[in-house]
Amino acid sequence: MSLARQEAAARPLLEVRGVSVRFGALLALHRVSLEIGRGEIVAIIGPNGAGKTTLLNVISGFYHPYEGRIVFEGRDRTRLAPPDVAALGIARTFQNVALFKGMTVLDNIMTGRLLKMRGSFLLEAVYWGPARRQELEHRAFVERIIDFLEIQAIRKTPAGRLPYGLQKRVELARALAAEPTLLLLDEPMAGMNVEEKEDMCRFILDVNSEFDTTIALIEHDMGVVMDISDRVAVLDYGRKIADGSPDHVRKDQGVLGAYLGVSHE
Amino acid sequence: MDAHAHGAASEVLDPERDTFPKLVRLNAAQRPRKVAIREKDYGIWQSYTWRDYFEQARLIALGLASLGFRRGDRVVIVGDNRPQLYWAVMATQALGGVPVPVYQDAVEKELEYVVDHAQARFAVAEDQEQVDKLLLVRSACPRLERIVYDDARGMRAYSEPCLLSLAELQEAGTKFEVGQPAYFDAELAKGRADDVAIICYTSGTTGAPKGARLSHRNLLVTARHAAADDGVGEDEEILSYLPMAWVGDHIFSYAQAIAVGFTINCPESVSTVLHDLKEIGPTYFFAPPRIWENILTSVMVRIEDCAWPKRRLVHLFLGLAQEIEHARLDRRPVPAWRRLLYPLGRLLVYGPLRDNLGMRRVRRAYTAGEAIGPEIFVFFRALGVNVKQIYGMTEASVFLTIQRDGDVRLGTVGSPIRGVELRISPEGEVLYRSPGVFQGYEKNDAATRETLVEDGWVRSGDAGFLDGDGHLVITDRAKDVTRLADGTLFAPKYLENKLKFSPFVKEAVCIGQDRPYVTALVNIDLTAVGNWAERRNIAYTSYTDLAQKPEVYELVAQEVTRMNRSLAKDAVLRGAQIRRFLILHKELDPDDEEITRTRKVRRGHIARKYAALIDALYGDRDHVEVEAKVTYEDGRTGTVRADVRIREVVA
Repeated sequence: MSLARQEAAARPLLEVRGVSVRFGALLALHRVSLEIGRGEIVAIIGPNGAGKTTLLNVISGFYHPYEGRIVFEGRDRTRLAPPDVAALGIARTFQNVALFKGMTVLDNIMTGRLLKMRGSFLLEAVYWGPARRQELEHRAFVERIIDFLEIQAIRKTPAGRLPYGLQKRVELARALAAEPTLLLLDEPMAGMNVEEKEDMCRFILDVNSEFDTTIALIEHDMGVVMDISDRVAVLDYGRKIADGSPDHVRKDQGVLGAYLGVSHE
Repeated sequence: MDAHAHGAASEVLDPERDTFPKLVRLNAAQRPRKVAIREKDYGIWQSYTWRDYFEQARLIALGLASLGFRRGDRVVIVGDNRPQLYWAVMATQALGGVPVPVYQDAVEKELEYVVDHAQARFAVAEDQEQVDKLLLVRSACPRLERIVYDDARGMRAYSEPCLLSLAELQEAGTKFEVGQPAYFDAELAKGRADDVAIICYTSGTTGAPKGARLSHRNLLVTARHAAADDGVGEDEEILSYLPMAWVGDHIFSYAQAIAVGFTINCPESVSTVLHDLKEIGPTYFFAPPRIWENILTSVMVRIEDCAWPKRRLVHLFLGLAQEIEHARLDRRPVPAWRRLLYPLGRLLVYGPLRDNLGMRRVRRAYTAGEAIGPEIFVFFRALGVNVKQIYGMTEASVFLTIQRDGDVRLGTVGSPIRGVELRISPEGEVLYRSPGVFQGYEKNDAATRETLVEDGWVRSGDAGFLDGDGHLVITDRAKDVTRLADGTLFAPKYLENKLKFSPFVKEAVCIGQDRPYVTALVNIDLTAVGNWAERRNIAYTSYTDLAQKPEVYELVAQEVTRMNRSLAKDAVLRGAQIRRFLILHKELDPDDEEITRTRKVRRGHIARKYAALIDALYGDRDHVEVEAKVTYEDGRTGTVRADVRIREVVA
């Protein structure tokens, strides 16, 4: 391994450096720093309003911090717009499922490939030559994801007709279709029953090991968080109050006071 | 000495084609480009020819050989229907080993029983889920040396040295062959017709599973005879969707497919079976009554969701077709006006519906395993699907009788296929003798002796009789036919099947032996009743909640009354009407050992488990508190508490 590559491998995939976000008078994030290493599963926890989703939004370019920097793969990405962030290989799912309700599951997942598609509108329209070949390649890739997430039976079902747990899975599929290096999951297990949660946990672990995808997730279910994450970062009132292995965080007095002992969700 | 001394059983088989692996080699030579197996993978049907079949299985066999496989070794095979697993069956047989398929939804304890009992050295598993179970089993069964898996997903983090992917196994096979190029052919040639070809563990409604040993001759001769008697040809297409561990799948998807040379199709996943059925359009189809009921229920639910003109039209024509079919089955003349209307119905209703179900090309469809509700049977026949009942069992290599085309009747299971002899014992039990009679149960001579009577005759365990035309009629499990306290004949399954015709009733267990009257425990069909409840704005949260709604009790009471009315017409059975029933607070589940994996009711177990409920049915209270243990899919247990109502039905 060359020295340069060793350095790249040792470097975290994503560095959030002293980021602050302000909405009017409200300080949503205050000098938060977080590093996410390649191949890690990092959970971000904290009480409601702690700034977890804001942090994901900053990473994915929806908000821009008024101070601090976002460094992805060693380069400053603080001021990029969401589509550019997505093109870099950061995909996400949303707290409230954001699928195209009238479109089939297959088409929804295909939209995840849009950034990978090139070619002219005209060729696409007549579905000819390179356009056709490209569409088939993307479809083959999407089929691998469908197989991976075991949603073959609902391939042609309009997304809006699916139960909530499955919609979450389709959203994950769409995010995976973009072949992300970093996957941001905003409460992937909210509103699910025990069995659905177990399935989702398995899928997240499989995605991590199979596609080498680095994952940052927000989750409230402490059992899930402790089970699947390599590292846990705790936010409270916009500040990071702890960061470490699940065991370490579990024992941290500050965390117990701020979160685990107070609020149960 | 045993069954093989008799009749066609002693048929001489060509030593070049007397085992399944030899026949696959023959197929690969004679029809190399013909598709042997299709599998829907990544949304597309992938085809494998007979040449591929043989080549893939050969590499698996060589891979096993490289691991030190010895003749007689047992290989546990567990997973959904996948080409790779069928190849593993052939590979094992080619080396003189014995494949032992296990139900893919078996819990760890059940899997452990089979692995231990069959003394398996190797296991071939479909995916991570099965590997996880096998790894747990392995700690209790050290004899299990290696576990081979097909689907590598999620397996990367596994470092157990006993694990090996199928691709790695085949690669090892390729290397092994370099050193020993003649090894495979030599092993293949050593196979004999009377070698054990497979051990099928039957779950059985009582006691521990028994492993029935079947030889190549058993399966091959039976498969050929059945195919010849019912005109099964090499252009057939079947859907292989029933568990590989079940002897039925083994005979249709493996033995007959190889012996006749037709194509099998593996569905994409368990949840896509009905969709895949539509895409494949099989010509030859098998489904146990359970599945026919499910299809009928889903059709009925969809019809009820239609706009009323459509609904009326469908009901009108379905009614017409069913009356015609009833008349045909009873050998009554069909009025001319009905015959004239039938083609219109075919155009508007039957054809499109059949097409929609994927049954347009079906030449023959079998149902067996349990009696099918006459109404369900008539429904599909009326649509033009040639559904026929067959009768058979694991110990007979499946086929004993088939209903012949043009000679299908309600209430019988048809006449014996060639080579099969039937006899009724003085106690009323059906006995048979055939080339398919098994080689005995694995390590259970007591059970084998109990089943085999003198001169190669075998006890079926079913009560029945032969009618005037030599058709077999099965009444019930021999040990289940009993009497009420007043001496009235009580055949529980007969009543249950009548009740289960209702789309709202999924499962029923009737009780009455030595009791003053008959009672029933009912499981409602969650899909059908749920849909019914939604249309009536009845809110519910779960199965347990829905089951105890007064409206649902009223609905089921109507179904019970309907059944009682039809019983009242029967002089023998009119005393066996259901007087009180309750709807169970949970669904009967194989994981709780209430029904078998093939969905047969385990009466003894239910009687013990629900003793409190049954006592209440014979008491005078109108509800009863219960607490039941449930087993979750991962083997953990929990308790469910509920207040179950009891309903009286006016006779």
